[in-house]
Amino acid sequence: MKIVIVGGGMGGTILGNNLARRLHHELRTGKVRITMLSASDRHMYQPGLLYVAVGSMMPDELYRDQAGLLEPGIVFHVDPVENFMLDKRQVKTKSGAVHDYDVLVIATGSRAVMDSIPGLAENAETFYTEESAVRMLKRLRGFQGGRVVITVGVPHKCPMAPLEITFMLHDFFKERGIGDKVQLHYTYPIGRVHSLENVAKWAAPEFDRLGITYETLFNMKEVDGKTKTLTSEEGSSCKFDLLIAIPAHKGMEVVEKNGLGQNGWIPTNRTRLNMEGQENVFVLGDTTNLPISKAGSTAHFEAEALGENIAAMVKVGSPVRDYDGKVFCFIEAGKDRATYAMFNYTTPPDPKAPTRAVHWFKVAYNKLYWASARGLL
Amino acid sequence: MAEKRKIDARGSFCPGPLMELIAGIKAANVGDELEVLSTDRGSAADIPEWIKKVGHELLTTTEENGVWHITVRKTK
Ligand SMILES: Cc1cc2nc3c(=O)[nH]c(=O)nc-3n(C[C@H](O)[C@H](O)[C@H](O)COP(=O)(O)OP(=O)(O)OC[C@H]3O[C@@H](n4cnc5c(N)ncnc54)[C@H](O)[C@@H]3O)c2cc1C
Repeated sequence: MKIVIVGGGMGGTILGNNLARRLHHELRTGKVRITMLSASDRHMYQPGLLYVAVGSMMPDELYRDQAGLLEPGIVFHVDPVENFMLDKRQVKTKSGAVHDYDVLVIATGSRAVMDSIPGLAENAETFYTEESAVRMLKRLRGFQGGRVVITVGVPHKCPMAPLEITFMLHDFFKERGIGDKVQLHYTYPIGRVHSLENVAKWAAPEFDRLGITYETLFNMKEVDGKTKTLTSEEGSSCKFDLLIAIPAHKGMEVVEKNGLGQNGWIPTNRTRLNMEGQENVFVLGDTTNLPISKAGSTAHFEAEALGENIAAMVKVGSPVRDYDGKVFCFIEAGKDRATYAMFNYTTPPDPKAPTRAVHWFKVAYNKLYWASARGLL
Repeated sequence: MAEKRKIDARGSFCPGPLMELIAGIKAANVGDELEVLSTDRGSAADIPEWIKKVGHELLTTTEENGVWHITVRKTK
C-alpha cells in the first residue's frame, strides 16, 4: 500500500512518525510505503514566532532539519506538489515526478494574507513569518509611546495569538518603562473579543482590568498610511501610531488552483477526516474547512486519530475511531502568566485564572515540541 | 433593479455565517435583499447586531427546525 503525505509541517510530521511506528513491520517487509512530499527541508516551530516578536526567542531556535525529525523508513522529498490528480490517484510535483498513491493525506497548512486589505501590508506589523516577526521586534524596541492597535481578521491560525500578543505587549511596554505612554486598542470581527464564547468571557474583563480598550464587530476594510487610520467595513475608524495585524488566512494556493477547496480550505468529514466525496484522501491541520481552531494541537490530535485509523485500515481493513474535535491551546496572559483552553466538538472550553505554573509549562513545551513532532510525546 | 439573494451558510459555524453575509453585502447593490440561512445559534445573535451597527435594515428573523432565516436590506 502506498501512503503519500503532502506537507511536512506539524500535522504531516506527527502523522508520518505515528504511522511509521505502527506499521514498522509492514514497512520492513515492503507491504507499505510511506512517502512525504514537502516544500521545505526545514521544519519551523511556528508558535515560537510570538516570542520572537517580543524578543524572548531567537529565530534560529525555531528550526530543525526536517529529515532528522522523521522515523527511518519514511521516504522524504523536498519537492512540493503542484497537481492533484485524484481521479488517477496520483500527484505531480514541481520537479515533474509523479507519485501514485492508495492513501493520500493533505496537510499543507495555511498562510496569513496581508494584501487582501488595501494598505495593510505597507502600514502594519505582523508576526506570522520569521521576517515579519523580526521586523516587528525592531519596531517595538524603537517605539516611544502612543496608540497601538491590534486588529484581527478571521479565520486565522492560532486562535489565541490575538489575545496573547495583546497581553504580552502590555507587559513588554510596562517592562520597558513606557507602559503609561502606550494605549492598547484591540479590534475583533464578531460581537465579542474572541470566537470561543468562554474565552471571550474570560478575556474581556482582563482587558478592562489592564485598561486595554476594544471594539467588536470590526472587520478591516483599509488602512490609510498618511493619516494613520484603519477603517472598518462597518464604517467606524480608528487612529494608530503602531498597527499590529493578524489578517484573515487562506489555505495554500495549490489547493485552490487544483479545485480542492475554496480559499484553500478543503471540505473535510469532521470525524473520519477524509475529504468529502473521497474515501482514500484525508485532510489534516489548518487546511481543513472544519469549524475548529487552526492550531498545532488540532493537527496533532487529528494526526493521532488518523494514524490509528490508517494503520488499522492496513491491518484489519477498517478505521477504528472517530476524531472528536479535540483541541488544547495555551493562552499566554502576559510575560509570566498563562492559562489554557481545552475543548472538542461537544464540550466548550472553560479557561481558569492564569498562573505562573502554566506559563512555565508552555515555555517547557516550546522545547518539548520536538519530541512531540517525533511522535515521542 | 433591487434583487433578492440567498446566502446558504447552513453547517457553517461562528463566525462563518456573518463573514459570508459581509462578503454578500459587499457584492450587493443598495436596495438588494439578502437572506442568510444559518444553523449556528451564535451567528443568529451576531448577525442582527452587526446589521444594527452598520445601519442596514433588518427585515425578518425566523427559526424553523433549527435553521435561522435572517433577511436584510442593504441601505447604503
Ligand atoms: C505566530 C503563530 C503562533 C502559533 N501559536 C500556536 C500555539 O500556541 N499553539 C498551537 O497549537 N498552534 C499555534 N500555531 C499554529 C500552528 O503552527 C499551526 O496550526 C500548525 O502548524 C498547522 O499544522 P499543519 O500541518 O496544518 O501546517 P504547517 O505546520 O504549516 O505545515 C504545512 C507544511 O506543508 C508544506 N507545504 C506547503 N505547500 C506544499 C506543497 N504544495 N506540497 C508539499 N508540501 C507543501 C510546508 O512546507 C509545511 O511543511 C501558531 C502559528 C503561528 C504562525
